[in-house]
Amino acid sequence: MIKVVYRGKAWELKAGMTARAAIKKVGLDPESVLVVRDGELVTDDTILKDGDEVRLIAVISGGAENCFHRKRYPER
Amino acid sequence: MKCRKCGGPAAVNMRQHRLALCGEHFTEWFISRTERVIEQYGMFAPEDRVLVAVSGGKDSLALWDVLLRLGYDVEALYINLGIAGQHYSEESKARVEQFASEGRGAGFQVVDVKQTYGRSVPELARERRGREMCSLCGLVKRHIMNRVTYEGGFAAVATGHNLDDEAAVLFANVLRWQTGYLARQAPVLPSTHPRLARKAKPFSRFYERDTAAYAILQGIDYIYEECPHSRGATTILYKELLNRLETRSRGAKQQFYLSFLKTRHEEGLFSGPREELDLGECENCGQPTTAPGLCAFCRLWGMS
Ligand code: SF4
Ligand SMILES: [Zn+2]
Ligand SMILES: [Zn+2]
Repeated sequence: MIKVVYRGKAWELKAGMTARAAIKKVGLDPESVLVVRDGELVTDDTILKDGDEVRLIAVISGGAENCFHRKRYPER
Repeated sequence: MKCRKCGGPAAVNMRQHRLALCGEHFTEWFISRTERVIEQYGMFAPEDRVLVAVSGGKDSLALWDVLLRLGYDVEALYINLGIAGQHYSEESKARVEQFASEGRGAGFQVVDVKQTYGRSVPELARERRGREMCSLCGLVKRHIMNRVTYEGGFAAVATGHNLDDEAAVLFANVLRWQTGYLARQAPVLPSTHPRLARKAKPFSRFYERDTAAYAILQGIDYIYEECPHSRGATTILYKELLNRLETRSRGAKQQFYLSFLKTRHEEGLFSGPREELDLGECENCGQPTTAPGLCAFCRLWGMS
């Protein structure tokens, strides 16, 4: 089994799939996350082996100096 | 996947460039590409003093790091907005202080909105119901950046906007065909008045995932959480949409943004006659304003 951790949530998945497949499996977009295994950044074609634990890091953010003209969707 | 330079295991795969690199070679590539973008757009010169606006997030701390490594004469500005939710402002300020204490030779100044003007951004928003937090916040940040750049005699202010930020804004402007914004959005905005800062975005060619990768590879401890008020922001939705497109079609975001810049330039799009705005100067702060008397920022504080 492999373990995937993202924003405080964790999933157990079958070993042998690529990181990209694992990202899709947990419902995320591969473009929106980076993959860290054993503290190292790895590319998403990395095959995850039994016992691997990977952390997914969201890349979308708006540091406060970056948000200008930002409008909200009217919440209904 | 292997690093194109050394054949070692790649840490970053940039599908839009068909380029995979290991940590060391990605870092090298990222820094020299930033320098090329600064030169290509004539953002600022090596002898210029540059103010870098930092929030404690990955993009601005990465930018500060790269500019220091390139040997630019930079000083950072942290604006404490006083956002108390999830201790956002305090946490982000702590990241800025930590970065500065790590021996990179990084100097910074803090403008605390509440200490300087009497109220924090959320307090202002509460007072002026009907004006939404983010638009007030943007007004306050723009004013302070302009003021500090002018008073400190900086040649330009640099912000950490990446290509995803730019593409999301472009997408928003296209959805509403805001031709005024479409005419002006650019990697560098010249100063049109002594009190309006020249604004440069040296990261505007990088995908957001690549600035995040840079920050992680340098071990920069950035604030990972969003400002609590950004929940439901359209910019985030647009970024998600553009990323879905990118996943299906590599390079789509880059093409959307870069071909916009190219086409506008080559075909003169959105460059029709613009009414000359009659800009006066604010009686209180001297920054240009279209309204007579006080500018929108100074009016905020007089109102209570
Ligand atoms: S999300 Fe809104 S309130 Fe928060 S920093 Fe950005 S503009 Fe300011
Ligand atoms: Zn390499
Ligand atoms: Zn004013």
